[in-house]
Amino acid sequence: MPGKLKVKIVAGRHLPVMDRASDLTDAFVEVKFGNTTFKTDVYLKSLNPQWNSEWFKFEVDDEDLQDEPLQITVLDHDTYSANDAIGKVYIDIDPLLYSEAATVISGWFPIYDTIHGIRGEINVIVKVDLFNDLNRFRQSSCGVKFFCTTSIPKCYRAVIIHGFVEELVVNEDPEYQWIDRIRTPRASNEARQRLISLMSGELQRKIGLKVLEMRGNAVVGYLQCFDLEGESGLVVRAIGTACTLDKLSSPAAFLPACNSPSKEMKESPLVHPPSLGCRSTQNSPIHTATGSRLTQNFSVSVPTLIYTGMGSGSAGKEGGPFKALLRQQTQSALEQREFPFFTLTAFPPGFLVHVGGVVSARSVKLLDRIHNPDEPETRDAWWAEIRQEIKSHAKALGCHAVVGYSESTSICEEVCILSASGTAAVLNPRFLQDGTVEGCLEQRLEENLPVGCGFCHIPYDELNMPFPAHLTYCYNCRKQKVPDVLFTTIDLPTDAAVVGKGCLIQARLCRLKKKAQAEANATAISNLLPFMEYEVHTQLMNKLKLKGMNALFGLRIQITVGENMLMGLASATGVYLAALPTPGGIQIAGKTPNDGSYEQHISHMQKKINDTIAKNKELYEINPPEISEEVIGSPIPEPRQRSRLLRSQSESSDEVIELDLSHGKKDAFVLEIDDTDAMEDVHSLLTDVPPPSGFYSCNTEIMPGINNWTSEIQMFTSVRVIRLSSLNLTNQALNKNFNDLCENLLKSLYFKLRSMIPCCLCHVNFTVSLPEDELIQVTVTAVAITFDKNQALQTIKTHVEKSLQRASTDNEELLQFPLELCSDSLPPHPFPPAKEHLESASSNSGIPAAQRATSVDYSSFADRCSSWIELIKLKAQTIRRGSIKTTVTVEKASPVAEGNFRNRSAPPCANSTVGVVKMTPLSFIPGAKITKYLGIINMFFIRETTSLREEGGVSGFLHAFIAEVFAMVRAHVAALGGNAVVSYIMKQCVFMENPNKNQAQCLINVSGDAVVFVRESDLEVISTQQPTANCQPLCTGGEVTT
Amino acid sequence: MTNELDIFVGNTTLIDEDVYRLWLDGYSVSDAVARRVRSGILEQTGATAAVLQSDTMDHYRTFHMLERLLHAPPKLLHQLIFQIPPSRQALLIERYYAFDEAFVREVLGKKLSKGTKKDLDDISTKTGITLKSCRRQFDNFKRVFKVVEEMRGSLVDNIQQHFLLSDRLSRDYAAIVFFANNRFETGKKKLQYLSFGDFAFCAELMIQNWTLGAVGEAPTNPDSQVDDMDVDLDKEFLQDLKELKVLVADKDLLDLHKSLVCTALRGKLSVFSEMEANFKPPASGAEDRTPRIPAPQNLSRGLVNVAAKLIHNKDVRDLFVDLIEKFVEPCRSDHWPLNDVRLFLNQYSASVHSLDGFRHQTLWDRYMGTLRGCLLRLYHD
Repeated sequence: MPGKLKVKIVAGRHLPVMDRASDLTDAFVEVKFGNTTFKTDVYLKSLNPQWNSEWFKFEVDDEDLQDEPLQITVLDHDTYSANDAIGKVYIDIDPLLYSEAATVISGWFPIYDTIHGIRGEINVIVKVDLFNDLNRFRQSSCGVKFFCTTSIPKCYRAVIIHGFVEELVVNEDPEYQWIDRIRTPRASNEARQRLISLMSGELQRKIGLKVLEMRGNAVVGYLQCFDLEGESGLVVRAIGTACTLDKLSSPAAFLPACNSPSKEMKESPLVHPPSLGCRSTQNSPIHTATGSRLTQNFSVSVPTLIYTGMGSGSAGKEGGPFKALLRQQTQSALEQREFPFFTLTAFPPGFLVHVGGVVSARSVKLLDRIHNPDEPETRDAWWAEIRQEIKSHAKALGCHAVVGYSESTSICEEVCILSASGTAAVLNPRFLQDGTVEGCLEQRLEENLPVGCGFCHIPYDELNMPFPAHLTYCYNCRKQKVPDVLFTTIDLPTDAAVVGKGCLIQARLCRLKKKAQAEANATAISNLLPFMEYEVHTQLMNKLKLKGMNALFGLRIQITVGENMLMGLASATGVYLAALPTPGGIQIAGKTPNDGSYEQHISHMQKKINDTIAKNKELYEINPPEISEEVIGSPIPEPRQRSRLLRSQSESSDEVIELDLSHGKKDAFVLEIDDTDAMEDVHSLLTDVPPPSGFYSCNTEIMPGINNWTSEIQMFTSVRVIRLSSLNLTNQALNKNFNDLCENLLKSLYFKLRSMIPCCLCHVNFTVSLPEDELIQVTVTAVAITFDKNQALQTIKTHVEKSLQRASTDNEELLQFPLELCSDSLPPHPFPPAKEHLESASSNSGIPAAQRATSVDYSSFADRCSSWIELIKLKAQTIRRGSIKTTVTVEKASPVAEGNFRNRSAPPCANSTVGVVKMTPLSFIPGAKITKYLGIINMFFIRETTSLREEGGVSGFLHAFIAEVFAMVRAHVAALGGNAVVSYIMKQCVFMENPNKNQAQCLINVSGDAVVFVRESDLEVISTQQPTANCQPLCTGGEVTT
Repeated sequence: MTNELDIFVGNTTLIDEDVYRLWLDGYSVSDAVARRVRSGILEQTGATAAVLQSDTMDHYRTFHMLERLLHAPPKLLHQLIFQIPPSRQALLIERYYAFDEAFVREVLGKKLSKGTKKDLDDISTKTGITLKSCRRQFDNFKRVFKVVEEMRGSLVDNIQQHFLLSDRLSRDYAAIVFFANNRFETGKKKLQYLSFGDFAFCAELMIQNWTLGAVGEAPTNPDSQVDDMDVDLDKEFLQDLKELKVLVADKDLLDLHKSLVCTALRGKLSVFSEMEANFKPPASGAEDRTPRIPAPQNLSRGLVNVAAKLIHNKDVRDLFVDLIEKFVEPCRSDHWPLNDVRLFLNQYSASVHSLDGFRHQTLWDRYMGTLRGCLLRLYHD
């Protein structure tokens, strides 16, 4: 019932010529929502019609408002024959349905046709009047905010993080319906676009309902995917993390809107005691003795057919009192949840307690036709099965939750591989429960954990480890055990102590597979999977060691299935964590030790590898302070030295013995060269070329070791397809081809972006698909961000200082400070002076000298009080990243000031009417502050051509299409009043060609969060001008940069 | 292993100035790659030839897509498909409309028709500019011509407004349009020594003083209803020019004019005697039939005759040929220094004001003012 949608069609421009005789067009517009259609008058003979229509009003249910897209069709009027369609615009009105987002959609939209692409633009204004509905049984979920961002959005604060929400809808794919044989490709494409739009609307609404049930008000880390199952149907599925968010700028809205205050009051006292208990046990000596570990933290599984996973999940029950307590506490918080999963990859400080390792599960399924779209039980059951498995893997690692969780599929004909992966973790229960009172409690908990290394400490039971592993005492706090290598799917925590810089590490693998049908095919695939997982893992390990690093973040392993092969591509960001031990080198062992020349060859290879490691250490500035002298000489540190080092630090001799035992296994990684395959492996290790100087790359949000971004960003998508020569394909040839493809692609990117040096490619996201027998398609989306070289050096220095300080910090100090801090009781802004100090420093960011001076200043401050500095630094980092926490004055900027400012920033594009819209796969914009989230952008496009050659071949066709997709995303964001898309992702790019018929088709699905950002330098001006202005819901009309 | 498909699309469209230049110059992808290799870019960046090939292809594809928009530059500003910073947009447009001196000299004053387009092959061979580039330049001329041909108002302003070119380039295009419209002959061998700049200079002077647009702005005729057009010469003015003939036809007037000039310049010119001898033909002798070779022309008669003939389209076309034959060549053969030419022309135009019997002072100034400027510009080696 409760909604009135109002649409006004203003004008068109650059329309195509539809009447050859007059070289003009008689255009009119149909506006359709649900089953209601309105039409404008025909505007005769113009390519720039001015309709200036009345307001078309649709009275609709809010359920429909959520599901249906607004459909605008531009047509050419023809008196004698049927009217010709020029193109369409679909507008998702969801952003208008929640109060804080956009209030109006107004702007120029590209008119899109699935055959001709963009054909002119149309100016549209859309508004929604919502009436309040008190119906308890409503099916709509208006008001639930959606974010693609996989962290708490910048201008919000997480009150409660409820947990996993998922939903799935299925339907028949119009492309495969019988009617498709008689309708035009255009009609078929439009039917598909419309259906997917409807389905994603429905999906979002259903997820929203689940969130409301959980008493949340937002979904963060929302990931929606399409499975084009061909004959068997179309699946749209989504996962996300339900949260209760609180907008930071409104101090009054402390309580989440959906929760009744009384309930919170009731529950809040219960939270305190356990939290305090948690703190005290943490400091108890017993705790130190109860570590456990995991390194090959990898679980492979192919549930339907074979299961090659690990323990049954009984591990970790024997933990010490602290662990038991923590577990008990969080388990109670997580118990009611079927799946304690979180799609977030970055967390509020203190949320992540320990990280176990990567857990993943895969399952091979045979697709069958979906008979009843209203009951998608099979697909649901499949995913439930996989999630269950992930959950048990996490349990086996002594963890009760999985973070950085994601799901994906790969489909080839009737075989489908479902994959899920995440990082097993122990979380702080504080965020998971209702009624938590924020404040000084937060501060206390934050300080309670050793900053920068706590998450590395093993969560599982040392005596009952799921894998053979090597444990050492944390190199940072010396108190708890850490594994020698850590793999995770999450972003590097901002407070992690890192040495040097990170780098992109990829493992690439191909396996040939016999062509087979149905079950035989599925069996063949599931037989291959464990081997692939193993090899990918080995490759990652080797490459990591070759880089001299000891941890992987943002790990994403993609297994793609094709007709006659399987492809595996793993991408991650390698990092040297100061808390973990120095990685051993790589040793090569030959099979025939007596052969002289062979031996020589082996030793030659060994030397090459050692040289590479040394070079990489230099390149990525990896020189851990403690044991640097030992490392430089030999890449393979001797076990003796390390144990000696440890002995001097540890108090109990028992532990040392334990460690010595583990050293037996801890020898350098040995590669045995026993056949040509292994030789190839070693060669391929050495063929990865480092990026040219001035370039860094990572697949995480931020590059470890660089945090002084300048404002220039360039988001891009690059697609490559190679055709394999089908003759005598071997695994090796295939591997080489695939490896070259990826390496060449990276090289091309470095070359293209050379003008941005020094810069870093962030969030590098590779997607592999196998569209046909001999074709491999790789799609890369990433963002290049420039940074200031001088300042980069500076931060490295402070980083090293930081870890040095931490190493020398007396433990007692660490224990005492948290208490002092909370007695200070300065909840929202514990260190106002420090904050101002830092802000003024960042305002001078153009002058490196000023920056340097301030950091020198505060490192001397640090000498006196080393745990204070951790906190301040933490804050400093958040400020630099444009986070919300400490900048309330800035938030108070009045809408007027904001609007004014935007106009002022306009001059560079003064003569152009098109406002600049930035796009980035990251959740932030360097040098700027996100002031408002306008809603989710989720768009699906199909483009088809029957004149492939005329459009410049496959490259010309796809190039134009991707450019058009970018344009449509930008136009929608601009119409919402935004100036950027963050957390942008191209989820699908399915390209099919038939050059013989001169045809091609492509489907693209993109999503992201539309936002308004303001440059930090300008913010300061505003905040000084209007320090006390109140923040009201902004009038978007004035904000539109046109 | 072959690359079936290879693309790169940035949110901000990447534009490589060097590749753009190669594309504008009409090089094929492989030629462009070869040239880039020779520029040493591989050594500077450590890239491979394959990378360069892929990069060049990408840029070429982008430029190809942009070309449609560049045909109507305001579209480039309003379009949504390519996000390009304004400064880059300006660069794209300016470079796209830039032309080669060698090319423009071949086409200047010719009818911008299909016929001329067919000759582009020959022009390409002659100038060494690729045919592709010749076509682009020719099409640019034609496009600008078509758009502004029938427009009212200042030619330069119209061009600037519709093609968003820089002031300088707009002026150049104004000259090209003006020359194409009036079909001035510029290709004769005699005129080969003249640069495009020389012609553009003259064109600007003529547009300012001799066209309908010039009249419209003239204070003498403020409420004029005539078309405010910069492209066509003012027919009425050309008609009136016949009246100047009296300056050479009336012998008294001619003698008086000569003596005025001679008196004023005596002792100031290094070529005084030549000037004096050339001012008018031997008193009774048949015109232009002096036995000496090269025949010293009568400067004054030449200039006035040029004016009188301009009513005929054919003679308008030959304006520059006539100016060279009737004035520049005689002076040059007598080795007049430029400064003497200037002194002479100044005095020659000014002295007319002292001729009591001459009634067409304004007309004379409108004619001579422009012609003096042109002649001085044209007078060089």
